[in-house]
Amino acid sequence: MLGEGILKGLAETAKNFAGSYVSKDRLTTVQYPEERIAPIEATRDFPFLVYDGEDWQAGLRCVACQICEKECPPKCIYIEKSKDKKPDYVGKPQIYPARFDIDISVCMSCQICVEVCPFEAIKMDTVFELATEDRFGGLLLDRSKLAKSNEYYHTIHPTEAAEVDARLAEEKAKVEAKARAAAEAAAAKAAAAPAAGAPAKTEPPAVKPAGGAE
Amino acid sequence: MLEKADQVFVLLLHWLVGYLPAAWRPASGVLLCVVAIIAVYPTLFALAVLLERKGLGRMQNRYGPNRVGPFGILQPVADGIKSLTKEDIVPFNADALVHFIAPLMLVVAVFMGFAVLPMGRNMVLVDLDASLLFFFAMGASTELSVFMAGWSSRNKYSLLGAMRAVAQMISYEVPLLLSTVGVVMITGSLSLVDIVDAQNRYTWGLAHWNVFKPWGLAGFAMFVIASMAETNRSPFDLPEGESEIVAGYFTEYSGFKFALFFLGEYVGMFGIAGLGTSLFLGGWSSPLAVLSWVPSWIWFFSKVMVWICFFIWVRGTMPRLRQDQLMNFAWKFVLPMTLLNLLVAAEWRFVADMWLRWIAGMVIVVGAYVLMGRVGMRREHFGPRTYRYAE
Repeated sequence: MLGEGILKGLAETAKNFAGSYVSKDRLTTVQYPEERIAPIEATRDFPFLVYDGEDWQAGLRCVACQICEKECPPKCIYIEKSKDKKPDYVGKPQIYPARFDIDISVCMSCQICVEVCPFEAIKMDTVFELATEDRFGGLLLDRSKLAKSNEYYHTIHPTEAAEVDARLAEEKAKVEAKARAAAEAAAAKAAAAPAAGAPAKTEPPAVKPAGGAE
Repeated sequence: MLEKADQVFVLLLHWLVGYLPAAWRPASGVLLCVVAIIAVYPTLFALAVLLERKGLGRMQNRYGPNRVGPFGILQPVADGIKSLTKEDIVPFNADALVHFIAPLMLVVAVFMGFAVLPMGRNMVLVDLDASLLFFFAMGASTELSVFMAGWSSRNKYSLLGAMRAVAQMISYEVPLLLSTVGVVMITGSLSLVDIVDAQNRYTWGLAHWNVFKPWGLAGFAMFVIASMAETNRSPFDLPEGESEIVAGYFTEYSGFKFALFFLGEYVGMFGIAGLGTSLFLGGWSSPLAVLSWVPSWIWFFSKVMVWICFFIWVRGTMPRLRQDQLMNFAWKFVLPMTLLNLLVAAEWRFVADMWLRWIAGMVIVVGAYVLMGRVGMRREHFGPRTYRYAE
């Protein structure tokens, strides 16, 4: 009969209305400033710079290669290279960003800077209460505001951070092994050189036939 | 004491006016009544908006506004301050004068209707002989202001909204009027005071409300439907369908003018609810003789508020109609039902036998409802749709 569906619908909304006062389960709204739910691990909003160790300036992984600056679609990253160099995590001297600003009012949270960074230096943050009274300056984050420790990275994205750490450790081990091999070779050479000064001269001819044979 | 409580506003008025010289009394009395009406209904409007937002929230399993004041009860105040402090924007191409007048006209027209509504025993501003006619005349003039708003804005959405509003309001004006004709036929008067007085009688302790009679019940149902469409309430809110045409005829209004439209809409709802209450629900009379001691104005305003709550309930339940559904419903179902209802009312008037007129009335009303629901509102099945791409 006409109107049956309307009555059913009215009963349904009445049930919802009354039910929302009786059972708390119906009200799924999180009363935000007082109540919070933990963000899921894949949450991301704006990039930050990772540093190792205690001192953020010494431990900054960024080498100011400017790939992220070039790749950034809305062009919200500004980098100035340093004149001097500082050792990176493996101890190799690298230039570092004298200035690294991200304008988060422009950033669109695309994560492309993270994807392209070869040094695992830039990662996505999860902070979201970034409202400020200063519309321009307050949203332009500089190096000191962007730098966050690796421990912090572990707290916000544990799985990803562990993978990154493993990768870096592997790389570092490789570099160290290479360095050790080089050092050993150098040491062996150094040990061999004073023992026999003349035989060193005979070496090039020994190599040549091998190259010719190939 | 109870007599005094019932007449408290009337006595207050006489007491206040008593201080003035006799020559000024009629004019100042009317002025005071107008001030009271203009003060009471916007307050009720604030209450209704809060009820609507909280109620709709609960129907959708949300909390609704709960930040401003305890349980969010100061939300209307915040809304008011917000709309007052907003910039008043008039589009460059708009007809500035008409654009300015439209919201004022709407509010004025809507408030005029209250002049003839009996809000309690002896509580009516003007007891016109043709007060029902006056009310409908004022109600119809809201269409003009709606169209003025849509036309003067020079905006396609405004104009579309205004066209829809006018088409809808004119379509539903007919059943709205016809549904009340039955009451006039039985009561023999166009005066709302007389209509309420006629319902303020009791048999076996039960009031003679028009809604308790077959023609009254059918008329009431049709009146409720038509009044929803007339006040542009969901599910008949096509003129301001947000998802289709931004906000309809008040798209180009901001700040306080927008608030005036909002106010006009809600006060219009109170007006039509008050009219429906007076026509079908006994106005200020109590439903049971034993409850007659409750002051009459409490009955009137509580009935109006229940009516508003029903509107909110319906809004929380039903989706918006499509334009063709709206028109089909008006012309193929509501209008024939109201016309048939005239027959039932005539039958009620002229058949003397108590049982016969009850049975005959109920048979016609229910039979027509079922039949028309089956035939008139039958959904047309076009079969599965097939699509063919252009070559």
